[in-house]
Amino acid sequence: MMRFSTLVKYPADWMTGGRGDHGAVLTSRIRLARNLRRHPFPGWAKRDQRTAALELMRPAVEALPAMKDAFSQELGSLSPVQKQVLVERHLISREHAARGDGSAAVIERRQTFSLMINEEDHLRMQAIRPGLQLAAAFSALSELDSELEKSLEFAFDPTLGYLTTCPTNLGTGLRASSMLHLPALVLSDQIGQVLQAVSKIGLAVRGLYGEGTESLGNLYQISNQSTLGESEETIIRRLERVISEVAVHERNAREKLLEDDPSMVADKIGRAYGMLRHAHIINSKEAINQLSLIRLGGILGVFPEETVVLCDTLLMDIQPAHLQLHSGRKLSPEERDAIRAEIVRCRLHSLDSPDNYYPSHEPKSLSDPHNPGDA
Amino acid sequence: MKCDFCDKKATVFLTQLVEGQMKKVCLCDPCAKERGVTDPTGFSLADLLLGGAAAGKGTVTPAKTQVAAPGGGRKCPNCGFTLEDLRRVRRFGCSDCYTTFGEDVGHMVRGMHKGISHIGKVPAGLMAMQVLHQRLEELRSRLDQAISSESYEEAAGIRDEIRNIELGAKV
Repeated sequence: MMRFSTLVKYPADWMTGGRGDHGAVLTSRIRLARNLRRHPFPGWAKRDQRTAALELMRPAVEALPAMKDAFSQELGSLSPVQKQVLVERHLISREHAARGDGSAAVIERRQTFSLMINEEDHLRMQAIRPGLQLAAAFSALSELDSELEKSLEFAFDPTLGYLTTCPTNLGTGLRASSMLHLPALVLSDQIGQVLQAVSKIGLAVRGLYGEGTESLGNLYQISNQSTLGESEETIIRRLERVISEVAVHERNAREKLLEDDPSMVADKIGRAYGMLRHAHIINSKEAINQLSLIRLGGILGVFPEETVVLCDTLLMDIQPAHLQLHSGRKLSPEERDAIRAEIVRCRLHSLDSPDNYYPSHEPKSLSDPHNPGDA
Repeated sequence: MKCDFCDKKATVFLTQLVEGQMKKVCLCDPCAKERGVTDPTGFSLADLLLGGAAAGKGTVTPAKTQVAAPGGGRKCPNCGFTLEDLRRVRRFGCSDCYTTFGEDVGHMVRGMHKGISHIGKVPAGLMAMQVLHQRLEELRSRLDQAISSESYEEAAGIRDEIRNIELGAKV
């Protein structure tokens, strides 16, 4: 069995691979909700019933070929920090982290699949991929689902599809979502318009950590809301089309900003660089927002290309629980802000100043009078 | 579900307390109109009771009757979840609850999703059942058409076919 420390030692490849679609799409996630026929749903089940369902599902999940040597733990046996690290990595939900005995998390070694047992539904399974790859993530997860269905009897109704605790998930039980980084649309004040258009066609827009979280660092999640009455393929195809369109809008907005207001862009990126390179105390919100601008600089070519991956990795590593895991002890918010600043300074240490990218054209009147070349 | 007065598909469901006993009546649209039980204000009441998002045509609950009053006894035989629980938490207790509270499911689901019946993946073991179910749906809609065009001979044939399928497999 894989240990927690081994699981989280390295970032997953989906955390560092999202450079397609003009760098605007970080990750794609697919979630399927499944329940056991006739077993009371986790929220209504009595303790022994919940345990019985867990004992039925856990061996089936662990026996999946994809889950060979996976990480598998009951929530009750994880510390609050460990649970929070999994939430920060999007491997379990906040709701799941609040649970204890009777619920479990089984996570594939490379962190591309994670299965939550006894969340709101008996099974919430998830596949994550870098960039815009919803269709690929779905087909991989669907295969896993078909494998599980051989040993578990899922609740299914010919009209209502897969039966779920909450009727908002009926039918396919599918939630497909992508994480987008849209700094240029925000800087050019077009984000409201774009997001409104997206929600008008029945898609949901959320912040970094899902439902009810605010948008930080110009990061937005776009996902489907309707799960009944359309096939998985139809839902995913529409989402992929909309997300690529948003990515194109973001790219156009970048080009337009550079054309119309290059000094504003240079100022934002330069200030972010100055702040992150020299701050000694920085809270998570400020760090995420500034890193977002460094990432934009990476996409625009102000910084080397690998800066994008550096930012995506940092985004995870500066989260509160990750900092505590890194330090091996509980930290006060003040200590966290200091350690966060230290990690950021250290990682950005070798990042060249953006001034080297922008050729300096010093105004003539202000140039050095002692310069002999300046007649 | 069929109308209690003719063979058409029932769209109006009444539940009333008659001499202390719960009585249920199912009617099709024409029969309901004929008997004067369709009350448009019932829409909002039903929606209020269930918190449903949108009122489509379909299940209408006239204001003067009661949908098994809150706590009025309906309880899932499999898990003990009650209608009152459902209205409070807007979630279900187990898969069987969807059968127990079938009518309320219709209310909740309408307007919540793009459609009201499943399209997409079906567990491999249930594929045969799904095919049969789709065949039944198709036959039922053909039956409705046959009746409305007064082709009674054809309707009788379709009805027999439906019965045969229903007898052959519990759907």
